[in-house]
Amino acid sequence: MTPEQIAKTLQDKFDQAIVEARVDGLHPHVVVAADRWHEVALFLRDDERMKFDWLRAISGVDRMQDGQLEAVFDLHATQPSAEPGGLWGERHSFAVKIKLPRDNAHVASVADVWPAAEWHEREAYDLLGIVFDGNPDTVTDHDGAHPRRILCPDDWVGHPLRKDYQFPEEYQGIPGWAGDDRPLDKKK
Amino acid sequence: MSFMVNRFEEGLMITSVDWALNWARQCSLWPVTFGLACCAIEMMATGADRWDIDRFGAGAYRPSPRQSDLMIVAGTVTYKMASRLVRLFNQMPEPKWVIAMGACTVGGGPYYKYGYHVVKGVDLILPVDVYVPGCPPRPESLLEGLLRLRDKIAHNTIAKASPSQSESAA
Repeated sequence: MTPEQIAKTLQDKFDQAIVEARVDGLHPHVVVAADRWHEVALFLRDDERMKFDWLRAISGVDRMQDGQLEAVFDLHATQPSAEPGGLWGERHSFAVKIKLPRDNAHVASVADVWPAAEWHEREAYDLLGIVFDGNPDTVTDHDGAHPRRILCPDDWVGHPLRKDYQFPEEYQGIPGWAGDDRPLDKKK
Repeated sequence: MSFMVNRFEEGLMITSVDWALNWARQCSLWPVTFGLACCAIEMMATGADRWDIDRFGAGAYRPSPRQSDLMIVAGTVTYKMASRLVRLFNQMPEPKWVIAMGACTVGGGPYYKYGYHVVKGVDLILPVDVYVPGCPPRPESLLEGLLRLRDKIAHNTIAKASPSQSESAA
């Protein structure tokens, strides 16, 4: 299916849940309302016309000027080769964007739809603070229930790839960078 | 040798013992087998036959910190790795030495200002004996660092605690 057809099918099926569709340009995508995302994801995976069986990546984008965080899901539908032993092809690919308020970014996890989503969601939480509710690896601490961090230490404070992130001045007694002086020189 | 520390004047009796001990130590530095980033590739090259770190007796990379006396910190030390690194260092028996290899371990390197996750120099967490700058340092640089460490060991005396020993004990 072409991106136009995919977007059209989604709009016919989900109507209000498809906030915006942009199929021109290099990255055709639709913007899906956050509360309907899980439903849309199941449709994208299971519908005979779609068959998106491969979640390639979840990217997080911080749109600080709009007060929004964005999760971008890149999807592929694979196609087995006609000849035995041939390379796998691609039926079609598409992307879905979810826009979330920056101060309270919650969206349903799709790790039960595509298992690959689990680690990507953990990374999106770790670096940008997008909380995926229902992620299989969820922990609860002073920030509430959220996916476990994957790159930073578990006791890390803040989300480093946010545009307004302040670098830590120290972590567990190890001084970090603050100002123009090297912390060691400062200490002496 | 803590039972002898500070109990003797520097004299003929122990000088020759010093020499023998230092000679043995500096010719059998056994590094811990671990690398943290791209510097580890250069460290492996140093260990391979073209540069052959074994010429200086430092080619026996040990799989356990308990059998090692040299820690070559080769690569970027992140805050998450820092606690593991200190733990490895604490598991090594005395006497022990540390070589900080590469820009990241010397002072944070390219991550100094805009790396939220990198320790700004491994000397903030470990007592470093020799710094080997470079990004990554060529094997010759690491060998030079090793030779400088051998010089340093040559000036140890068993009658006094070495600077790194007293520092790591503190």
